[in-house]
Amino acid sequence: MHRLLPILLLLLTAAPAVGATDSADAERGEYLARIGNCAGCHTAPGGEPFAGGLRLDSPYGTFITPNITPDAATGIGDWGADDLWAAMHDGERADGSPLYPACPYPSYTRVERDDIDAIHAYLETVPAVAHETAPHDLDWPYGYRPLVNLWQALYFEPGTPADTADADPVRARGRYLVEGLGHCDGCHRARGTFGATDTEADAPGAMIHGWYAPPLADPAQAGLQDWPVAEAAALLRSGRTEHAATMGPMADVVFDSLQYLSSEDAQAMATYLKSIPARTVASPERLIGLSERGREAAMREGGRIYANACADCHGDEGEGGDGAPSLAGNRAVTMDNPVNVANMIRRGGFPPATAGNPRPYGMPPFHQLSERELAAVISYIRGSWGNDAAPVSATNLRR
Amino acid sequence: MHRLATIVSCLLYLLCLPAEGIAADDGMGDRVAACTACHAEEGIRLEDGYVPRIHGKPAGYLYNQLVNYQTLRRRNATMNHMVSHLSRDYLYEIARHFAERHPPYPAAAERPGRALAERGEQLVREGDPQAEVPACASCHGERLTGVQPNTPGLVGLPRQYIMAQLGAWQVGTRHAAAPDCMAEITARLDGRDVEAVAAWLAARPVPDNTEPADTPIAEPPMDCGSVPAPDDNA
Repeated sequence: MHRLLPILLLLLTAAPAVGATDSADAERGEYLARIGNCAGCHTAPGGEPFAGGLRLDSPYGTFITPNITPDAATGIGDWGADDLWAAMHDGERADGSPLYPACPYPSYTRVERDDIDAIHAYLETVPAVAHETAPHDLDWPYGYRPLVNLWQALYFEPGTPADTADADPVRARGRYLVEGLGHCDGCHRARGTFGATDTEADAPGAMIHGWYAPPLADPAQAGLQDWPVAEAAALLRSGRTEHAATMGPMADVVFDSLQYLSSEDAQAMATYLKSIPARTVASPERLIGLSERGREAAMREGGRIYANACADCHGDEGEGGDGAPSLAGNRAVTMDNPVNVANMIRRGGFPPATAGNPRPYGMPPFHQLSERELAAVISYIRGSWGNDAAPVSATNLRR
Repeated sequence: MHRLATIVSCLLYLLCLPAEGIAADDGMGDRVAACTACHAEEGIRLEDGYVPRIHGKPAGYLYNQLVNYQTLRRRNATMNHMVSHLSRDYLYEIARHFAERHPPYPAAAERPGRALAERGEQLVREGDPQAEVPACASCHGERLTGVQPNTPGLVGLPRQYIMAQLGAWQVGTRHAAAPDCMAEITARLDGRDVEAVAAWLAARPVPDNTEPADTPIAEPPMDCGSVPAPDDNA
């Protein structure tokens, strides 16, 4: 008996230690899964977290996101850590077939094994939900999955590209998050043939849910090259700074994902984003020019609309106010592509509610404006108080 | 003793101040400008048609609707967009903001024709036992001004809005948290019943006391689900 006792004691003391490591991994995995925004796609509106069923429309048809809860029959309960690694790093499902790149594994492939294992540990702890999701509804011939093998051979290289070594550990961490789990390029870079991301330094942005995700290389668009790091980090975490508010799909990303960033990681991402070499990136949207008389008429009409509908909150000089960001010098209104500012005026809405901005001010929708009136007020905002962007015509805003 | 009571009531008053501050306004009027663009601060007009009165409805009811819009149980492109990335705490604060406001009600709509009015009044007051339709008043209160915390008032609403809601339940674009009793009830109504209820309710003069009833319904005819409100610290 006395020989057994030490062994028993050892077992008793060792067991909680193993448990503690598991739960620490799972906790870290929860944080990383937030940054990767897994739940953003793998949760249907109003559905159970990670149980899938969200419809993702694409030029190739509709993808239905799968259930990634630990339910053995309908989820990924029978996936070991190696299986998740194969999916995230190699784009390969547990049965060996390829994953459609609707899942951003071309970005996730840069994530280290340790972090994927932590995410696996976390996913094992989320409640298992029995939810059989519908098969993808893809156009011919894209529904034939083996074609993805061909796609991977042409456009996908697993692992980290060789040129990412960085002497600055903060910037390196930022790049790891931006290009890996954050998969920012998934929206902020155009996609070329068959949905492969355009990797050119001056790639334009891309349309997502009717909004334009502007390129991160252009300081006149979404580039943060000219921003103080602290302000850029604050925008990522709180969705709102004195001069900018995130709206549209980016507001969803802040709400679901980036608001959970640690302040160190937000700082790191901002540091890297700031260091991206600045480029002038042409917008794929061609603005239709206005004659000088047309421009003057738009400025007059736009000024009237602005004074009536906008100035109360955004200020007579576009200087902004308590709830409303400044419009003077605001890139969201001056960048070439006017689709976002048109959406904001037509649809209104709230920036995300976050710890840094828990009670956001909402902008009323102005869907009663005609296309001509909308073009006029946008032209006025783009050409006033030091803003020097070209006017837009109603034709630019037609959908 | 008198003095003690004064001190105690002063202390109680002070304790209540912060909560009252939030309830009173604290910039909420400006924060919800996106809401009052349609649900006007001075109350809606019946001719606005589809836009419902939200002022003075029970906070729990309003909160549930905001959550329903967020989770797409209830579909309206503008409302789904407005609430898509707001926290549950903030949604409840918005709900309380409107629940505590009581702008004047619009004048009642014109009374419908006799046959429609009779059917409408019958459904509201007595229901249709044969079709297993409970009376509206059996849950929404004798005064039809709603019941705390989750049952809305039915007075002062545009006819088009009421018809659209009952229709939305029938075709599945409006749901409540399970058990969704209104889905069951509306499935037992035909088109003329919907028209009759909406026409009669919209023509109903608003009672003197428009507050939702505080006492819960003793024996509700059906089980109705709702999402519990976040902890109310106010």
